[in-house]
Amino acid sequence: MATTVDLGGAAPSRSLWHRLPMRTKRLVWVWSFLALPIVFYTVIRFYPTVDAFWLSLTNWDLLKPPKFIGLANYQKMFADAQFWKVFRNTFAYLIVGTPVSLLLSFVIAYYLDRVRVMHGLIRALYFLPFLTTAAAMAWVWRWFYQPAPIGVINNFLGTLGIPQQPFIRSVDQALPSIMVTAIWAGLGFQIIIFMAGLRAIPSTYYEAARIDGLGEWAILRKITLPLLKPTTVFLVVFSSIGFLRIFDQVYNMTTNDPGGPLGSTKPLVLLIYQTAFNSYAMGYAAAQTVVLFTILLFVSLLQLWILREKK
Amino acid sequence: MRKATLLAGLIAGFSTLALNAAQAVEIEYWQYVFETRVKAMDELIANFEKANPDITVKHTTFPYADYQTRVIAAKMGGQGPDVMQFFYGWLDKFAAGEILQPLPKDAFPNDKIESEFFPIVSAVKRGDDYYGLPTAVRSLALFYNKKLFTDAGLDPNNPPKTLDEYVAAAEKTVKRDNAGNMTVAGTTLDMGGQDHQWWREVLIRQNGGEPYRDNDRKVAYNSDAGKKALKFYTDLQLEKKVGQVGFMDEGQAAFRAGMAAMTIDGTFRLGAFKSIEGFEWGVTELPANAEGVRSNYASYFANGISAKTEGEKLEASKKFLAYISSPEAMDIWLKTVGELPARRSAALTEANLADPIYAPFLKGLEYAHTTLFVDEQAQRQNAIDMANRVLLEGQSVDDSIAQAAEAEQAIIDEAAQ
Repeated sequence: MATTVDLGGAAPSRSLWHRLPMRTKRLVWVWSFLALPIVFYTVIRFYPTVDAFWLSLTNWDLLKPPKFIGLANYQKMFADAQFWKVFRNTFAYLIVGTPVSLLLSFVIAYYLDRVRVMHGLIRALYFLPFLTTAAAMAWVWRWFYQPAPIGVINNFLGTLGIPQQPFIRSVDQALPSIMVTAIWAGLGFQIIIFMAGLRAIPSTYYEAARIDGLGEWAILRKITLPLLKPTTVFLVVFSSIGFLRIFDQVYNMTTNDPGGPLGSTKPLVLLIYQTAFNSYAMGYAAAQTVVLFTILLFVSLLQLWILREKK
Repeated sequence: MRKATLLAGLIAGFSTLALNAAQAVEIEYWQYVFETRVKAMDELIANFEKANPDITVKHTTFPYADYQTRVIAAKMGGQGPDVMQFFYGWLDKFAAGEILQPLPKDAFPNDKIESEFFPIVSAVKRGDDYYGLPTAVRSLALFYNKKLFTDAGLDPNNPPKTLDEYVAAAEKTVKRDNAGNMTVAGTTLDMGGQDHQWWREVLIRQNGGEPYRDNDRKVAYNSDAGKKALKFYTDLQLEKKVGQVGFMDEGQAAFRAGMAAMTIDGTFRLGAFKSIEGFEWGVTELPANAEGVRSNYASYFANGISAKTEGEKLEASKKFLAYISSPEAMDIWLKTVGELPARRSAALTEANLADPIYAPFLKGLEYAHTTLFVDEQAQRQNAIDMANRVLLEGQSVDDSIAQAAEAEQAIIDEAAQ
């Protein structure tokens, strides 16, 4: 008995699936596969992002249920001197770090492209720091920057008769010192991308330009740079986001006074981390995250607009 | 018919499970990862289970950096341990968040706790209730490098007893190269280490002041004593030039490397310093002031019972907590971890008081103070910044103290809301 009932139940649905046109069936298949990443992203990306906006309006401290407090977190943040210091630091990393690293990597890529002797080795050497763990690298640099008996840089300065520099122990020198490490760490990647971009420019353009008698400078300005624009746009956006989110280097180079001395190296992400996981002020941290999100969005859109293709 | 048999079987199965559960209670214990602490606790659990065959203890550990977050997150999820270790400074947060319950008075009467434990145990008392009991406590002492003392013509068996002698010893042991760069520090200066505790609970009191009032809820160090204490501390670098913040990156690293003659650190550093092979070192009590006044800072991790634990699990937890704060457990803890017993009787034994390493720390416990932090990390950062403003930015001691006092009061007030 049971078997007949089973058959009777399954038959209509099976025929319904069979009755569907091939196109619809294929669409169902495609969408059921596509749904997986969409659901995944919705759950682990979009939902927390949207939730952060809501949390930023509450006083959640992980222990008590969140209570709506309006814009109090934002008022507190904009009145907080430390927030503005961190804000300035973050933009110092961005405004100095991005152009310097791009200029350096372009110059290196431009000349490395012409080097034939040991080209592979030199390229690998430039790329090596990018493969190293950020934490390990930061610790090595942290020791480089120490005072004389153990600090390599200060030892070297000493042999030249130059006075000791405090580097990461100084409120003025600490941020540039850490920025140097961060630039060095990302250089390899940018050089590789620039070189790929340079290689992608057809050599016929250069040949034609040389036949027409254009100088190197003019070739660079009229052919190389304009044709390299998509690469540059990508790297500017990529590197800006990297500097706006800087954390590893700063945290690892200043662990015994994170973001110090006196907050002079603290970027926004480190402030958010401390607010959330040291003080457990989740609502306040969410408000800071919303500000970071807005800045990232704005900077990315601004760059895309400035560097857009003019048609 | 068959269904009925199945149901009966299922019920029988479940009831056997339930019966087994009733016979063997499992409780969960949480602490953070630190090799010797985990080892000691495993030994304690094995002993406890042998004595109480009907109870099993599940030992769970988390990295220190995550530990507090894990406990708080577990509480939100309605999960978490039955017995847990917590830093005394987290209690306000944990009690307010209903993570911990007051210790049941039948098993842990207040008068017994107060007569048997060191007085610093009061830092986990709120109102009339204790929320935990420590197995071990930590205090501070002055470590000194006997080799550097001998090289400088100081008697390695007669370490500094007063602050003046401490400064004099630092001046004799500090070494500089021709360019004036420090190669050996007379003393380490590291506010991020234990120096902020030294300044807060020792130097301020030795200058006749007190760091806080009203159960540490009102900052009181914006005073002459506070200023004198900070000036003494910053002068070690600025005036006497016997130490330098950031020398060898961290104070304990400088001492370990044999590049600093003296450092102030806690019992928890003994493990790391015991492996030093290049030189002999000694420990002595923190220096007294000219009038002979001494002070110390003591702290501890306590074990408490989770607010959600009840019924037979609570009974098992009470037994377990009683065992891990027993004199026997403290002895095992001292041998394995090197931390001092929290009970007077277990700590102040003849053997311990004759021990050249434990004795200075034990003496310190008698007159130690325990700061009731509301946010230890933020309050330490505040002290680091206070010293840095004077050392790096040239701010006056008076202004820096005033700024620090105001900022710390804001931290305390905010936590009280």
